[in-house]
Amino acid sequence: MVKETYTSEKISCYHCGDECQDKHIHREEKVFCCEGCKMVYEILNENSMCEYYDLEKNPGITQKVKVREGKFAILDDENVQGKLIHFNEGTNSHTQFYLPQMHCASCVWLLENLNKLDKGVIKSQVNFLKKNITVIFDNTKTSLRKIAEVLTRIGYEPHISLQDVSKKKITTYNRSEIIKIGVAGFCFGNIMLLSFPEYFSIKNSPDLNINALFSWLNLLLALPVFFYCATGFFTSAYHGIKQKFLNIDAPIALAVLITFMRSIYEITTQSGAGYLDSMSGIVFFMLVGRYFQNKTYDSISFERDFTAYFPLGVTTLDKEGNEKQVSVAELKIGDRIKIHNEEIIPADSILFMGKAIIDYSFVTGESATVDKTIGEIVYAGGKQKGAAIEMEVVKEVSKSYLTQLWNSEVFNEQSTKKTTSFVHKLSRYFTYMLFSIATLSAIYWYFNDASKILDAITSVLIVACPCALLLSATFTNGNMLSLLSKKGFYLKNSDVLERMKGINTIVFDKTGTITQGSLSAIEYYGDALTEEQQLLTGSLLRQSSHPLSKAISATLPNNKRVSIKNFWEEKGKGISAIVDQVDVKIGSKEFVGEKNSSNENYSGSKIYVRIADRTPGYFLVKGKYREGLEAVIAKLRATNKLVVLSGDNDSEKDQLKKIFGEGTEMFFNKKPEDKLEYIKQLQGEGKKVMMVGDGLNDAGALAQANVGIAVSDNTNNFSPACDAILSGTQFNYFFELIKFTRKQKTIIVGSFIISIVYNIVGLFYAVSADLEPVIAAILMPASTFSIVLFTVGMSSFFARKVPTDIYHIKS
Amino acid sequence: MSVIIILVIASLIIALIFLFAFIWSVKKGQYEDDYTPSIRMLFDSETTQDETKDKK
Repeated sequence: MVKETYTSEKISCYHCGDECQDKHIHREEKVFCCEGCKMVYEILNENSMCEYYDLEKNPGITQKVKVREGKFAILDDENVQGKLIHFNEGTNSHTQFYLPQMHCASCVWLLENLNKLDKGVIKSQVNFLKKNITVIFDNTKTSLRKIAEVLTRIGYEPHISLQDVSKKKITTYNRSEIIKIGVAGFCFGNIMLLSFPEYFSIKNSPDLNINALFSWLNLLLALPVFFYCATGFFTSAYHGIKQKFLNIDAPIALAVLITFMRSIYEITTQSGAGYLDSMSGIVFFMLVGRYFQNKTYDSISFERDFTAYFPLGVTTLDKEGNEKQVSVAELKIGDRIKIHNEEIIPADSILFMGKAIIDYSFVTGESATVDKTIGEIVYAGGKQKGAAIEMEVVKEVSKSYLTQLWNSEVFNEQSTKKTTSFVHKLSRYFTYMLFSIATLSAIYWYFNDASKILDAITSVLIVACPCALLLSATFTNGNMLSLLSKKGFYLKNSDVLERMKGINTIVFDKTGTITQGSLSAIEYYGDALTEEQQLLTGSLLRQSSHPLSKAISATLPNNKRVSIKNFWEEKGKGISAIVDQVDVKIGSKEFVGEKNSSNENYSGSKIYVRIADRTPGYFLVKGKYREGLEAVIAKLRATNKLVVLSGDNDSEKDQLKKIFGEGTEMFFNKKPEDKLEYIKQLQGEGKKVMMVGDGLNDAGALAQANVGIAVSDNTNNFSPACDAILSGTQFNYFFELIKFTRKQKTIIVGSFIISIVYNIVGLFYAVSADLEPVIAAILMPASTFSIVLFTVGMSSFFARKVPTDIYHIKS
Repeated sequence: MSVIIILVIASLIIALIFLFAFIWSVKKGQYEDDYTPSIRMLFDSETTQDETKDKK
């Protein structure tokens, strides 16, 4: 293996901290790696904002890649403004930008002092975890475009995608949920306090009926709980019943309703103190549990489709060649568009000017670029690397090769994945049992003491509502989700946890999922190349823009210029030239004329080198598999059927066979739709399928699968819509993580047994129509607390067994 | 015994004040972002003064 080493002293840029190459720029004893970094420094220096550099060392973002002027011209469009500006207050406008570059305290400081750089900005506030900035600005002094440009100038180019304007903002955060918890907690606490005289049977003093007064106060406090906090349960139960379906909220709604009714009756007739403390307690704990379970991750989004990747505007050319910024959504067939460096091609188009070097890593996870020549169709989703190209749109944005995947029904049917959880089934069974106990006790009392019938029925329903069961489920799920996120496995919601259990087939994508996207291992086999030979090979390889050439030449020295004559490239075969008067050929075995079939055990791409009339050896380029892949696969194979489903060619088939073992089905050259269809086919055979993928081309399969998991090396990066995101570094522990999710049932069953014990005790009092308020008051919180402790403790215990390479993750 | 009535009312009023303070803080968005303020408080006072001026 050939390696190049740098021995020169490292100088890092004052602004971005990048290592400075040979030509660095000095200014006031400070060194910068490029003009861009120096410019940002100057802007900050002029505005006396150099505190930016004091807070963190080299906080800047490298400016080597210039952002094209006029990129944000689209923001002057009123239609676009209307979508991006959240609201206007007189001349003040509120807007929000997503700044993926944000990474340190200095960033926060600089961005919150934006008003020093643009006087029109009134206030800017950063949300660090969400990486966004809320800007309030005076729209008479500045504009959306100017702010975007100021941000770009200091290195924080806002990411404005098509999704920002095409969809309504999805608010993951619900303020009213928190308020409901606060109000319920307040009422619950006070009702309990005011119930103390009742619990301890304090006698009324002759001149004052304390118990009556307190119970009326309790009723007053219970009103907001019943009419405000509990509304969610009632509406949900109502919708369920309307569809003739007893859902999970129905028993809670029933218990709350009956408790409330009976309490009103007791208080108004002064026959008792009611069970308002239990009622508000149920509501309070259920709300807390729900909140805990539905907590979302700030920095992760599970709902991305292609619109989140696509830019907002694109440059179009009219017949006279005038450039104009147009919203991507308005692109029509026949439009001429100009794609600049680092821009995404928004629709399938024919290239008619310039050299297209397309990076499809978004789509396939494959990092090697693809060259396209004039007249070829370039599919949407690729990113141009290099000089601007001009092309003609041949398909609308939504009908392009990649994007039409989203027209598939999997993306519209919300309910396809809904499963009835076992907790739900259990709770329904429980509810029926409850009704039969209530009926039985009613029958018993009918024959013995008819006046106690109502008493007994209501007591049964109050005491034995399946709240404990539901609570244990919500708390177990909530805690498991948060524990998993600490291990680098982010689940969309608790429903995914439920679906994980039945999985028996796991389908893997190849590139980017089991291989590490950007890294490919290059090894050299054969007679070692002399320094002279390395130079010749390297010089020839550098003439070609083929990804393999680029990858190999990066490992070879480049210290001398040599003459290259008669350069010849045969597509898909190899390259040849006379380098420094020596005939050099690099390419496939046939191309270099090598006959000797050596070692065939290795798979991957073999690149033979022929210098003069000798073939010293070949380079082996293989996709680098994730560390510990073999061990993970071996463990998973024991209990699951495994399948490899790749969009790539089958060059690594032999290598994959070794890892996955004989008999594992492998499919190559699969299009995005094929992947989706294949998953459907498996499901048709009754398999429960988990899809593990990474690129946009897996999006359909991820959506169709029972559980779709996206592997991502950087969780802040884009990943396609999915049910869960697995951090790439945790891939080694995939098996342990799945095993952990299956513990959910054990824990819930365990806590269910505890709750049954409590229920039996409670029911004993209830059927005898002798439920003292103090017993209800003790039983309810005691059962709740012990169940919460049990579930949290158990899940934390099981989570300890899952190893992790991550020490601290902010979710 | 009537003193207990006054005490109960007083305690309820105080509790209500806290409840409304809580509701106000939620509505102001204080629970929206629980991480950035921890960074913000480390900045020099000069900037925080500027910020308050700007708010006015």
